[in-house]
Amino acid sequence: MSDRHDLELIAALVPQGSRVLDLGCGSGETLAYLRDRRECAGYGIELADANVLACEQRGVNVIQLNLEEGLAIFGDQSFDVVLQIDTLQHLRNTERMLMETARVGRIGIVSFPNFAHWANRLSVVRGRMPVTKALPYEWYDTPNIRVSTYADFEVLARRCGLRILDAFGIQQGECVRRWPNLMASVAVFKFERA
Amino acid sequence: MTDLEIVSPQSMAFAQPLPLRSGAVLRDYTLMYETYGTLNAARSNAVLVCHALNASHHVAGRYEDDPKSTGWWDNLIGPGKPLDTDRFFVIGVNNPGSCFGSTGPTHLNPATQQPYGADFPVVTVEDWVDAQVRLCDALGIDKLAAVIGGSLGGMQALCWSMRYPQRLQHCIAIATAPNLSAQNIAFNEVARRAIVTDPDFHGGHYLAHGVVPKRGLRVARMIGHITYLSDDTMDAKFGRTLRAALGADAGADDTPRYTTQDIEFEIESYLRYQGDKFSEYFDANSYLLITRVLDYFDPAREHGGDLSAAFAQATAKFQIISFTTDWRFSPGRSREIVKALLDNRLDVSYAEIAAPHGHDAFLLDDARYHGVLRARFDRIAREIDASSRALSGMRIAT
Repeated sequence: MSDRHDLELIAALVPQGSRVLDLGCGSGETLAYLRDRRECAGYGIELADANVLACEQRGVNVIQLNLEEGLAIFGDQSFDVVLQIDTLQHLRNTERMLMETARVGRIGIVSFPNFAHWANRLSVVRGRMPVTKALPYEWYDTPNIRVSTYADFEVLARRCGLRILDAFGIQQGECVRRWPNLMASVAVFKFERA
Repeated sequence: MTDLEIVSPQSMAFAQPLPLRSGAVLRDYTLMYETYGTLNAARSNAVLVCHALNASHHVAGRYEDDPKSTGWWDNLIGPGKPLDTDRFFVIGVNNPGSCFGSTGPTHLNPATQQPYGADFPVVTVEDWVDAQVRLCDALGIDKLAAVIGGSLGGMQALCWSMRYPQRLQHCIAIATAPNLSAQNIAFNEVARRAIVTDPDFHGGHYLAHGVVPKRGLRVARMIGHITYLSDDTMDAKFGRTLRAALGADAGADDTPRYTTQDIEFEIESYLRYQGDKFSEYFDANSYLLITRVLDYFDPAREHGGDLSAAFAQATAKFQIISFTTDWRFSPGRSREIVKALLDNRLDVSYAEIAAPHGHDAFLLDDARYHGVLRARFDRIAREIDASSRALSGMRIAT
């Protein structure tokens, strides 16, 4: 997630001073922001060597692990917040990872590209897969193996026994609370174990 | 990035006996050490480098009289290198019981005025760390900026964080484990049996007989060496290549010689060479002692097997690094350490480097590996600068 406004909107969901686990933390930008602005401490999980190095350079704690192997090294409810920002759509075992997120963290926050955004719908109506800022890949080279919508996540959350605490869309750095499934390219959910 | 110029070893004698974990006591003893770089005014930039099984205090640089005497971690340590001697004061120390000048089995036992030989007391990682603390005391260093080590050296770094939590800021433990597995102890035992059953061993008092159990040492080194490399590395380096035929057989190097006792494959030649070289300089009793140092390390033991409890007093910031093809100190063992640190809510970063070289990778120059180490030492240097700025600010304020 590169957009600063997106980051700020999601960071606002994280209570001040939280202990945070960031799944798929990339270069550690979010964790560094939460550390510097919201007095949070925590760890990132990352697989890519370049990102692990970037986190180390930022002074962010990073654990090099493959998320597909699960979160066995983390205890139940050992974090205040578990973040899954732009990570969900890359994971094979989405449902298990969501359950793990709710096991390890008291609060889970996920964000992912909303495939039902009107611009994507329009593209499909025209007969082509969408290529947008939130979905910047061609169908043949996308790392997104789980394409879903804002409304889809609500169904999965219920199925996984999660209680949604807050949810909104993000469109061009603005929070979208009205018809987010149609009007936002990014979906954000904050939840806990029901 | 440049190499250190000429370095020279120093020695320090300690009159105060060192109580050992076994209950024995090491009477007056000497430690060999080297230092590189300059200790700053606040004495806050010292980094201790802990050695593994067969290394020494000679960590970097080379000696004036020997151009081939490059230190064992010279690729990591020097001006502009990841552990930058322009910024840090780096200390290498030879542990007691080893055979590179610090008091060990080849030295005179003050009680008998004969070489210690087999009577040298069994030492442990904890004892070594106690000895290292005394060296730091003598050098006037209250708190190390970091303790770093690989393999058995990593165990010492971990031990520092548990035993002397107030005396280090960062703990960097590479290619190590919270204890040895049964398989790992088994390899050590094979090596020890090779030495002990050598007819020249004489119960460990071979020096009194004017001999050295070289055959045992060679086999010990061969088995060790096999376990430090990965299958792939060995395959890439030697494969099934037959040893290039010499003399009368020249040119017939792709034809087996159908021999059971002569060298047939390249790998055999390599292992024998490594064994020969090792048996020329390493002391057999030291090998027995140091493999035991490895075997006995098990900080969780006194906490009912709970490694997390073992780190309860730790306060350091940790960097843990493993290598994917290291089957002797596998990534899984490093993850156990990471988990215990997480349980204690300690600062920890963990890098799992996809390197092909097996356990030996920790001694090699790999860009990703050295990259994360460089980043860590940059951070440590920033922290040192920030704290000295804060200190001078306080002085101005008062």
